[in-house]
Amino acid sequence: MLVYIIRRLMQAALVMVVMSALVFAGIFLIGDPVAMMISPDASDIERDAVRASLGLDKPLWMQYLSFMNAALHGDFGKSFLAGQPAMQLIFERMPATLELVFLSLVIALVFGLPMGIYAGLKPKSVGAKGIMTGSILGFSLPNFWVGLMLIMVFAVLLPDLIPGWPRLPASGRGATVNVLGVKLSLFTADGLLHLLLPALTLALYKGALIVRLARATAREIIPMDYIKFARAKGLSERRVVGVHVLKNIMIPIATVSGLEFGQSVAFAVITETVFSWPGMGKLLLDSILLLDRPVVVAYLMIIVVFFVVLNLLVDLLYSVLDPRVRLESRAT
Amino acid sequence: MTPTLSVSNLRTHFFTKEGVARAVDGVDFDVAPGEILGLVGESGSGKTVTGFSILGLIDPPGRIVEGSSIKLGDEELTTAKPDRLRAIRGAEIAMIFQDPMMTLNPVLRVDTQMIETVQAHLKVSRADALARSRAALVQVGIASPDERLRAYPHQFSGGMRQRVAIAIALLHKPKLIVADEPTTALDVTIQGQILFEAQRLCRESNTSMIWVTHDLAVVAGLADRIAVMYAGRIVEMGRTADVIERPMHPYTKGLIGSVPSQNTRGHRLAQIPGMTPSLLKLPAGCSFKSRCPIAVEQCNTMPDLVEHRPGHWARCWRAAA
Amino acid sequence: MTETTLEPPVAAKPQTPFQRVVSDFCEDRLAVFGLILVVLAVFVAVAAPWISPQNPFDIGSLDLLDAKSPPGTVSGDGKITYWLGTDGQARDMMSAIFYGMRTSLFVGFVSVVAALGIGVVVGLVAAYMGGRVDALLMRIVDIMLSFPAILVALILLSVLGKGVDKVLIALILVQWAYFARAARSAALVERNKEYVEAAACLALPASRIVFRHMLPNCLPSLIVIATITLARAIALEATLSFLGVGVPVTQPSLGMLISNGFEFLMSGSYWISFFPGVALAIAIIGINLAGDHLRDVLNPRNLR
Repeated sequence: MLVYIIRRLMQAALVMVVMSALVFAGIFLIGDPVAMMISPDASDIERDAVRASLGLDKPLWMQYLSFMNAALHGDFGKSFLAGQPAMQLIFERMPATLELVFLSLVIALVFGLPMGIYAGLKPKSVGAKGIMTGSILGFSLPNFWVGLMLIMVFAVLLPDLIPGWPRLPASGRGATVNVLGVKLSLFTADGLLHLLLPALTLALYKGALIVRLARATAREIIPMDYIKFARAKGLSERRVVGVHVLKNIMIPIATVSGLEFGQSVAFAVITETVFSWPGMGKLLLDSILLLDRPVVVAYLMIIVVFFVVLNLLVDLLYSVLDPRVRLESRAT
Repeated sequence: MTPTLSVSNLRTHFFTKEGVARAVDGVDFDVAPGEILGLVGESGSGKTVTGFSILGLIDPPGRIVEGSSIKLGDEELTTAKPDRLRAIRGAEIAMIFQDPMMTLNPVLRVDTQMIETVQAHLKVSRADALARSRAALVQVGIASPDERLRAYPHQFSGGMRQRVAIAIALLHKPKLIVADEPTTALDVTIQGQILFEAQRLCRESNTSMIWVTHDLAVVAGLADRIAVMYAGRIVEMGRTADVIERPMHPYTKGLIGSVPSQNTRGHRLAQIPGMTPSLLKLPAGCSFKSRCPIAVEQCNTMPDLVEHRPGHWARCWRAAA
Repeated sequence: MTETTLEPPVAAKPQTPFQRVVSDFCEDRLAVFGLILVVLAVFVAVAAPWISPQNPFDIGSLDLLDAKSPPGTVSGDGKITYWLGTDGQARDMMSAIFYGMRTSLFVGFVSVVAALGIGVVVGLVAAYMGGRVDALLMRIVDIMLSFPAILVALILLSVLGKGVDKVLIALILVQWAYFARAARSAALVERNKEYVEAAACLALPASRIVFRHMLPNCLPSLIVIATITLARAIALEATLSFLGVGVPVTQPSLGMLISNGFEFLMSGSYWISFFPGVALAIAIIGINLAGDHLRDVLNPRNLR
């Protein structure tokens, strides 16, 4: 087991090096950040001076090396616009994004799993057909559109038309509390209210995927002999579905959810923009539009680390959930 | 004495898009307490569906057709409420499936799967249920039961898994056990052990058993009575010795004749020509007619199951021949 | 004993695979509904210049006094009714939506076709060549697929700048890998079949085997993936335009229209965002409903 982990960690490190090179190469092509920072009628000398001060005049490979050197120390340079170290900016905004993604995953699982299992149990029922059609809509409608519609309905139309209907906040983050040094709004009532609409927006896509996956897996599992045997033993239907079917479904669901976590952080870019949520995603978009290169680079590196770690965790989770995998590797 | 199980005119049909498959089409038999009945037939004969019908485990598009009767003692099962059926399953009637690999849920531990069976029918504590499970494992001859209980199914060999399945079946001392080809997937030596265990347990606890199989040889040494099924109906039924030594139906004769044994060494193995008919397109009259060496004009009408000799029934116009 | 003579049963008229696909497809009402939506969207897009009450790009025809009029208002000069209202620049929403649908569908469709072309070639080559070539190509595909599409597109467009052609490039780059993977899987299944061996024995050139023999058998799954990818492409373009990195203001797509109206959402002029949103949803939902059922119908197991 230990050998396995070490091997995966080394693979992960290799992937990160390759990715960093790709990221760097890609970012190098992003416009001319200097042009954003000085007035258009600055002289060339002034331009060169700024360029030199940012280290942009050195040859490409030198820039990459100094970049990697700094990166290993966690230093991605200072944001061109904010002056703060890029990585620090990102860390400041990370909790907001993470709590958003986390809540959306919880919502997606809590609603998506039962619906998917139900659709798998009674595939020909009206409810099941409705759920499946809904799931198609869920993953095909663009994220920002969903956010927009939710705002329209819950922050504009319903409160306007129905007196006394609460107006859900459509932008910004709510009150935060300090948890272990990190500011989280998940644990305040006001924070939750602000989290609700954006989390729902993010949750729709994931929920739709979970519904479809749960249904497909349930359809595979339910005709299996061991389910029939469980019924032959006289177990209640609740136990058959709630324990026997569910435990088998959890394996693919857990792996997909883990991987989706990473995807969601990417999708959060859109949701955060729609709801003016002060997370990493909004920071990224602003940085891209304003060509704030250090921040973009730092963000991409964080994403790469995220993905790699997530992949590793998902693999480990898989071996925890599926006893066949776990024990076989121990036996060999 | 009331028989443990009394099946009369059982018809289980599957209503599919391509037509109605008459998997079981008029089956009658009784099983006495402590008796082992061997239900023999090829694939497609309806023997497995009969077993599932008794337990009420037929899934749509199949269902037991009106006019069928399955009685456990004096209680009619075809009209029983779902809750009553669930209470009976696993407690008064237990089932053992064919493939032990797929019968136990691979992601749950053995003790979980045994304890839940106990607690589904009895209000006992987990500790008590565990003790019962342990005792059941000992009863089927599994050494070091505590270790086995904490293990997962895939860590067992096939024979061991099947013993666990038998142990689960015995947890509530059922009146009837339906065993659906339980040794087909096992080695011959293990098969012998399981057969021996099964016979011993039935004798000891006076449990009735229906042993479903396609292998006449297996059931010849085990069962008290044999019922031979073909295309959804019983074609011959009687005491084992009678059926094996003095078969009346041409199909049974064919089956016995096709078992390789020392007597036929060097000779060509006898076969029954042709194939079982599709359950969707059963011919009119006797279903065996197209493969029968002694079929005549009269066979265009379906014969009834007639007691041609005492305790020995056959569904053939020419059985007394 | 009476004997009944039966007429030999009349054999059902054999259907070509295509006819069977069509009849199976039409069994599902939702899928047909989706198809209708798609046809509607395409019609609107193609006929935009002729059916729009107003040309929203002709600044001269706009009357600023009509700006932000709610749906149903008649224009100041009484010539047209703004059935869906006007936006901040007094453009008729309905016309803007027709033209916007045009851009959205165009970009989506062209990018998918191009990505399909590139991806299929790469996938087929990888499947046919096998070995190192296959491993290398698939490694590239895997890397491309492991990045979330939205991030890659965002960064690409910030490099390339605005413009319909740049959006096309970004979309193609993000999508080709998806087709390459699918084409390769389908081709691998085919490759092991006997007709490929037979063709190779006849010493047919590799390109001929790949394109004339293997490709047609891969088509069903490719078609299904293309439909789903089309919906994704439209959604992706809309998202990029909404975020401000997509199509230019001069050639707005539905996403850009939605983005334009976003600021008015809370202040009451909801229609500026809402109706383009509905139009976008119609296109995407239609494609997905039809495509989902198409997948069931074209399932290789059903095609035998």
